Amino acid sequence: MAEIVLDHVTKRFPDGALAVKDVNLTIADGEFVILVGPSGCGKSTTLNMIAGLEDISDGQLRIGGEVANDKTPRDRDIGMVFQNYALYPHMTVRENMAFSLKLAKENPEKIKERVDWAADILDLTPHLDRKPSQLSGGQRQRVAMGRVIVRTPNAFLMDEPLSTSTPSCACRCAPRCRGCRSGSARRPSTSPTIRWRR
Amino acid sequence: MRSTPRQKLGWGVANVVVLVIAAVPVLWLVSLSFKDPSTLTDGSFYPKKWTFENYRGIFDQSIFTHALVNSIGIAIIATVFGVVFGAMAAYAIARLDFGGKQLLIASALLIAMFPPIALVNPMFNLWRQIGLFDTWPGLIIPYMTFSLPLAIYTLSAFFREIPWDLERAAALDGATPLQAFRRVIVPLAAPGVFTTAILVFLYCWSDFVFAISLTSTNNARTVPAAIAFFTGASQFQQPTGSIAAAAVIITIPVAVVVLLFQRRIVAGLTAGAVKG
Repeated sequence: MAEIVLDHVTKRFPDGALAVKDVNLTIADGEFVILVGPSGCGKSTTLNMIAGLEDISDGQLRIGGEVANDKTPRDRDIGMVFQNYALYPHMTVRENMAFSLKLAKENPEKIKERVDWAADILDLTPHLDRKPSQLSGGQRQRVAMGRVIVRTPNAFLMDEPLSTSTPSCACRCAPRCRGCRSGSARRPSTSPTIRWRR
Repeated sequence: MRSTPRQKLGWGVANVVVLVIAAVPVLWLVSLSFKDPSTLTDGSFYPKKWTFENYRGIFDQSIFTHALVNSIGIAIIATVFGVVFGAMAAYAIARLDFGGKQLLIASALLIAMFPPIALVNPMFNLWRQIGLFDTWPGLIIPYMTFSLPLAIYTLSAFFREIPWDLERAAALDGATPLQAFRRVIVPLAAPGVFTTAILVFLYCWSDFVFAISLTSTNNARTVPAAIAFFTGASQFQQPTGSIAAAAVIITIPVAVVVLLFQRRIVAGLTAGAVKG
């Protein structure tokens, strides 16, 4: 089960700034949710709190029924695609996508199988041995997504995923997001959350 | 921006002038080291009588071979510790906000600017009292002290260039902070680590002030200090040939390191090129 519930969640920064105030949101298992809002309204902060990159000042975050406020990002089993990709520049595309599986000490054959599967969905197979610096923006975006879908996590978080790619890529990528959902047959409970800029 | 033939000539002349000014003293030293002692003062650039006697002579003396061992050992140990501790401090400075951070940075700067020679007298007394005089740790400690600020500054500049998001991505991928540091940050900071290690090593290798003041025997005397104790064939003869040979030998690692790592050094100095 990968239902995400935000229960009166608030984020107050140490300098007193109130970034997120009393958010109540239930994202059902398998649901596709988009957070829309003007710049600076707390979308990134909310995503970061769900992912575990920011502490929650008040309120409860429940993932799959369990309270997840104090869980490390690792234990929450959530994947996140960053706005500026955050690809590891010193690793090839294949290594980028395999990194999380290697950390989890999966066996090499399974890692290769999953990376190849993800690369196939995202049309990255010809680029697997290249480094991020040799790829175009759209290709890097897809690698960032690939890095997440190999793990088939409980939830996908995407921070402004299409703001930096060209319109043609955006048109191709959006259906792919749904494609990931239907493609990950092993864990049908993926719920992408996309944040768009107005 | 295409340069005219005249500009090219101008640059060419400037390059030659700089090259000559930099290279002539070193080449003169090399030629001195190969000159037979009787021809040392003949004033010619090229040795009229070639000999390897100077080199053979210094390796015969235990003073030089011991000094070489001391130099290599002390410089390497001081570099390793300096870079490791410097990296830890630099990582904290680049990534964290903690109380006293500004004080830490300011103190490091203060230490770097302090004239080492002013410390020699009190250190001489203190070292003798606590038994560090004429020992390897006795030299390693001041070397680390004075090279740590340099290491911290260089390394924190490099760490700052590495995007914060990479560590967050690694955390989401399931890495502990240590794994993230080891597998993501360290490979990316490698040019910086190399540059810093080279700078620290060169500082320790060529230091004279501490070496001559805090050592008295072969136990810990490094090459720059040992050269000062070379003796000539008789009490009236300057050991110029031996000094020149020793100087050439001590310069070889420096030249090799810089040649091998010049790309990394330049990359290190232009760290702004690293973009996530």
